[in-house]
Amino acid sequence: MTTYKPVVVQTFPRLGEKITQDTVYWRGYKTPVQIKEFGAVNKIDFSTVPPYNYAVTASSRIHIYGRYSQEPIKTFSRFKDAAYCATYRDDGNLLVAGGEEGSIRLFDISGRAPLRQFDGHTKPVHVVGFLSDKYRIFSGGDDYSSNLWDIPSATEIISYSEHTDYVRCGCASKVNADVFITGSYDHTVKLFDARTKSSVMTIDHGQPVESVLLFPSGGLLVSAGGRYVKVWDVLKGGQLLVSLKNHHKTVTCLCLNSSGQRLLSGSLDRHVKIYSTTSYKVVHSFNYATSILSLALSPEDETLVVGMTNGVLNVKHRKPEERKEKPLKRQPAYRTYVKGRTYMPKQEDFCVSKPVKRVLRKYDKLLKSFQSSKALDAVLEPPIRLYTPEVTVAVMQELHRRGTLRSALAGRDEKQINLLLTFVARRVIEPRFTPILVTVADMITDIYQPVVGQSAIVDRQFLRLQEAIGKEIDYQEELLEVLGMMDALFATFTKKGSTYLEENKSNGLKETIETN
Amino acid sequence: MVAPASLRVVRCGGSTLHGARAVFSADSKYLLCASGDFVKLYSVGTEETLRLMGGHANLVTGIQLNPHNHMQLYSSSLDGTIKLWDFMDGIPIKTYTVGSKLLALYTLPSWEDSVFVITPKSGEGDTYQLVSVKLPKGAGQDLEAKEVSVILNGVDVSPKCIAFGREGEYVASVKEVHLQVYFFKQKHLNRISLSAKKTKGGNNHFTCVSCHPKEDCIASGHADGKIRLWRNFHHKKEYTFSTLHWHHDAVMDLAFSVEGTNLLSGGVESVLVLWHNESDCQKDFLPRLGSPIEYISMASDGSLCCTLHRDNRITIINSNLRFSKSIQGLIKSADIKTGLVVDPRTKALVLNGEPGHLQFYCLQSDQQLFSLDIVQQQYIHQAGLIQTDLVQVAFGAQGKWLATVEEREETTNLELQLKLWFYDEETQSFKLNTRINMPHEAHITAMCFRDMEELEEDSLILVTAGRDCVFKVWMMVEDTDPEAQQSVSWSCDFVGSYHNYQATNCCFSEDGSLLAVSFEETVTVWDSLTWDLKCTFCQPPGKIRNICFGRLTCSKYLIGTTDCGFLCCWNLLSCALEWSAHLNTFILQPDPLSEYIAAVSWLSKESSLFVFKPSEPQPVYIQRNLCREKIQLAAFVPRDEPEPVSSEKYLWLRRSQLFFLTDAQELMTLSMKSLEERLTPSSKQLAVEESLPVTPFSLLLGKHRQQQSQEDSGLGKLIVHKHKQESPAVKELLHTPAHVLPSASFLCPIFINSLLISKENKSAEEVAEEVEMASEKSETESDEERDGTEMDQEDTSPVEFLGEMTCKLSKSQEKELRRIRKMDYSWVAAF
Repeated sequence: MTTYKPVVVQTFPRLGEKITQDTVYWRGYKTPVQIKEFGAVNKIDFSTVPPYNYAVTASSRIHIYGRYSQEPIKTFSRFKDAAYCATYRDDGNLLVAGGEEGSIRLFDISGRAPLRQFDGHTKPVHVVGFLSDKYRIFSGGDDYSSNLWDIPSATEIISYSEHTDYVRCGCASKVNADVFITGSYDHTVKLFDARTKSSVMTIDHGQPVESVLLFPSGGLLVSAGGRYVKVWDVLKGGQLLVSLKNHHKTVTCLCLNSSGQRLLSGSLDRHVKIYSTTSYKVVHSFNYATSILSLALSPEDETLVVGMTNGVLNVKHRKPEERKEKPLKRQPAYRTYVKGRTYMPKQEDFCVSKPVKRVLRKYDKLLKSFQSSKALDAVLEPPIRLYTPEVTVAVMQELHRRGTLRSALAGRDEKQINLLLTFVARRVIEPRFTPILVTVADMITDIYQPVVGQSAIVDRQFLRLQEAIGKEIDYQEELLEVLGMMDALFATFTKKGSTYLEENKSNGLKETIETN
Repeated sequence: MVAPASLRVVRCGGSTLHGARAVFSADSKYLLCASGDFVKLYSVGTEETLRLMGGHANLVTGIQLNPHNHMQLYSSSLDGTIKLWDFMDGIPIKTYTVGSKLLALYTLPSWEDSVFVITPKSGEGDTYQLVSVKLPKGAGQDLEAKEVSVILNGVDVSPKCIAFGREGEYVASVKEVHLQVYFFKQKHLNRISLSAKKTKGGNNHFTCVSCHPKEDCIASGHADGKIRLWRNFHHKKEYTFSTLHWHHDAVMDLAFSVEGTNLLSGGVESVLVLWHNESDCQKDFLPRLGSPIEYISMASDGSLCCTLHRDNRITIINSNLRFSKSIQGLIKSADIKTGLVVDPRTKALVLNGEPGHLQFYCLQSDQQLFSLDIVQQQYIHQAGLIQTDLVQVAFGAQGKWLATVEEREETTNLELQLKLWFYDEETQSFKLNTRINMPHEAHITAMCFRDMEELEEDSLILVTAGRDCVFKVWMMVEDTDPEAQQSVSWSCDFVGSYHNYQATNCCFSEDGSLLAVSFEETVTVWDSLTWDLKCTFCQPPGKIRNICFGRLTCSKYLIGTTDCGFLCCWNLLSCALEWSAHLNTFILQPDPLSEYIAAVSWLSKESSLFVFKPSEPQPVYIQRNLCREKIQLAAFVPRDEPEPVSSEKYLWLRRSQLFFLTDAQELMTLSMKSLEERLTPSSKQLAVEESLPVTPFSLLLGKHRQQQSQEDSGLGKLIVHKHKQESPAVKELLHTPAHVLPSASFLCPIFINSLLISKENKSAEEVAEEVEMASEKSETESDEERDGTEMDQEDTSPVEFLGEMTCKLSKSQEKELRRIRKMDYSWVAAF
């Protein structure tokens, strides 16, 4: 003897994008705030101390924005020409920036005038940054040199001229205060140790390097250039770990999220891609209006700021976590749950086992007692009909299987027919529902043929249904035409004697594969 | 038997159980059932088959307990005999030959030595009569029952259409729209007719009848689902009836409870309905019993009832209408589309079971291991509905994966689903992994896994061939996302076709490198790595019916059969036809463990079996006329350990056993064992309740009393009956709980000696010594044991060997001896 088996509601996998935890996480940003800057935004840098202000370098200005401010809190505009790469120091008190005129300026966050100015580069300086001991600055310029500066004395400590093209990116190690790397348009990334006179390691990226990044552990290095993002193992002497080619234009900027689990890359192809740093697969991607030049994530991934070539700053704030309102219903005390559970039946005890009560949905209860019409009514209730149409269709199918669909559909009033027809007309074009809904539509027209013309509402619904089906037929015809063309193309490509492959053709369309 | 080691066709399961109503033994511990040509004795407690009583030459049509001796059973058969059995021991006591076909059997306590049977009326083909047969009292085993008197003419064939009333005063018979009641005392026949009318649900023909055990009331079931309760039917005109209506289809059987307060009814809906007090409003249901109810029978003490179902299942139900147990052997399904498949894990036979289920049938115990719900839909028992059917099944990777195909065909569209199940070690059952809707656009004709032992699991490939002219290759896809719930799923990898012919069969070679797919008349061979077409074979007249690859030493051969009656063997190395034979083969079954292939042909109404090696065109073994029905399916089941084979001819049976299923869904096998060996019954001794309690109260009281009386007379009785002690001796030995007994090796000589009723002087001394020793040893054992040995000592005085014994033995002694003979087989086998 078996128990009643509830109606199986077939769940179909969502086609296209799969919902993972990542998509949920990265979708948790509010609609972006757009701020217009004066020129292309070449660098965004977050302060590491609360309230996590960020410096945006665009044209000849550096703007400091607060977390939620749309207007800059502060502006550094003492540059005659373009400023580059305004970077915070770890403690958030100092800011350094390069410039088109070849000088590097160091600002106090509270002041206006530069505290120090480092002159030595003969060409524009596109990259500057603090070493992790906070007292030194590294820089890279278009004069192919990478320099190291002492902050207190404002003098050059050492200058490496090993690159053979513009140095456009760089990064300091967080682990070792003497180590920094620079990437250049000569396709190489060089690792320097301030204690030595020459570079320690050279890595060939293969394309002009646009951005480099060191993992917080200092063991892995990410370089971006051309369409590639490459990850290198520094400790293994610069061995290539993985090469990612997910953009179709030059990758311009890289960024790690706060946990170090995800890597973000922005590109001229208007996309920001997010990779998992364990599998190096794209887990999510953002789409922007124009080419991206710079991007930054605030600590805790609170804010995602993206700078574009057209000078627009796109700021996305994370939605505040929805606090789940806990129901204030008083739970029964613990002892009610354990009451009698620990009792061991004695030998002479007669045990009466209580059958486990199974909770059935309303339509299942009605189907169990063979009440077809009521079961159909139950699944035509608004919440089920609107949000889970698959349940409605599954019950229709079950009724059809039982041979009682016709009688369940029959004998309905104007309002109910209207409801049914609206549902059918709306859903009949969905491939997963089509087979059964066509039968339903057939039956409805059969049953209610005599009353056509008596009600304007029902007539209108019939017309809508006709229209929907007509549209779908046209659409399918077009698709078949396309398919025919593709067949012809494929046939010319693969002429393989008597066999021919027809993968992913017409039969591919109808298959819906579902994993439970 | 022709030769000592000739092969015999042995029936091993699946016989129809619904030949007659089942009968409970008087103590409700055992259930007796007619099963094909046999009568089966089941234990109600353990659901085991305890005895298989064979002897009838045709279907058993009725079984009834002997009303004067509840240890005996009458059975009637189509072969025209009534047999009287001692069912506890499975011994036929008497055979009465009636002559004509017997279609049903009834007994009445008030009729001393007569039974009632339905026989065809001599001369007329399809009219039947109820006759009473006087069973002669004679000494011999086989007796002729000649004294036959006709009671009712023109009765229905079905045993359900006749019922005997209160204390055997009258008999009621129904046929079509007529009810006949015959009163034995008054010798008066009353006929009542309904006006025949057709209603929407069916007609109002009678289908079954049952009589109230205490009152003058007859209940009748009708084809339109109504139950009528007739009263006052003594009078020609003034009879009354009331109607109960719940069933929407024909009422298949009715049964009153022992006191007559409740009425049970069942039908196609497979719902058992309990009507209280014969009223329409008070009823209880036991729904979803699985398949249509054919018979309902009540135990004599009213504590249990059992229903026999159309799919050969027996359900035992408590008196409070609670499902208690289910006895199920090979479940009969409407159509076995899956074929016979062997589960590599359990070695169980897998085939269609209940609708939408896959049954795993254990060959050793003749029981269903479990039933896997594939379709997972509520089955509606209603005629005319198009149901979802399970059509294909395949196991892969040593039973780790299971693929099933189910289909539901309507006039316009076809619903197909391919499901892949993964065996979950934790729950010890199959779990649905992937469901694929519409894998093909037309029926799937064949499905197979590429199974390779040495390769890893992800090389598992499934191939399906369909009538939509393609075959598809399905591969396991590993989900790389570590957060996903499920790591693997299946998806289509390759679609192949050949000149737009329908794909009919597919099969992988043993090493998995080649795939053979037959397209109507052509067999194509594909490389399973690159999916390139390697070569094609064609043997023009006729389409390909079956294909299979040779195994082991014959792996270079491909065997195919065509529906024009040819068996072809192609060589894969030379791509040429090696040999062909004219043989109308229906089944082609390779042995998975050897190179032998079995082919079953169907020619001029007889099935023949041919076993051959692909390397030689000469068959190794031929058996003509395998069985009287057409053979539908066959399968090789691997043996646990290779069986020693005496003859070269039967070498093919060494590693596996061949099972086949006939059209009537009876499972047969070929056995090398001789008849005696096979029929040796289990040495289970059935404990018999001699004194019969009637009510639960007396049961309780009786147990108490019995204990007391045993305590009183336990020792004394044994000493008193000096000359007949061998039967209590054996009984004592057998009834002592096993844990109190000394070791079997110690008991055996005593036991065997106790069987020897008389002895020579010399041996008597020896035995006495031995027994002395034994008694010394057993002093520390229980009291009962000591009793046994004392008795044995006394036992040794009369001296004579069993063989020299005079043949004048009393009936009970003879019976005892027969039982003992059976017993000592197992004892001897233990050493």
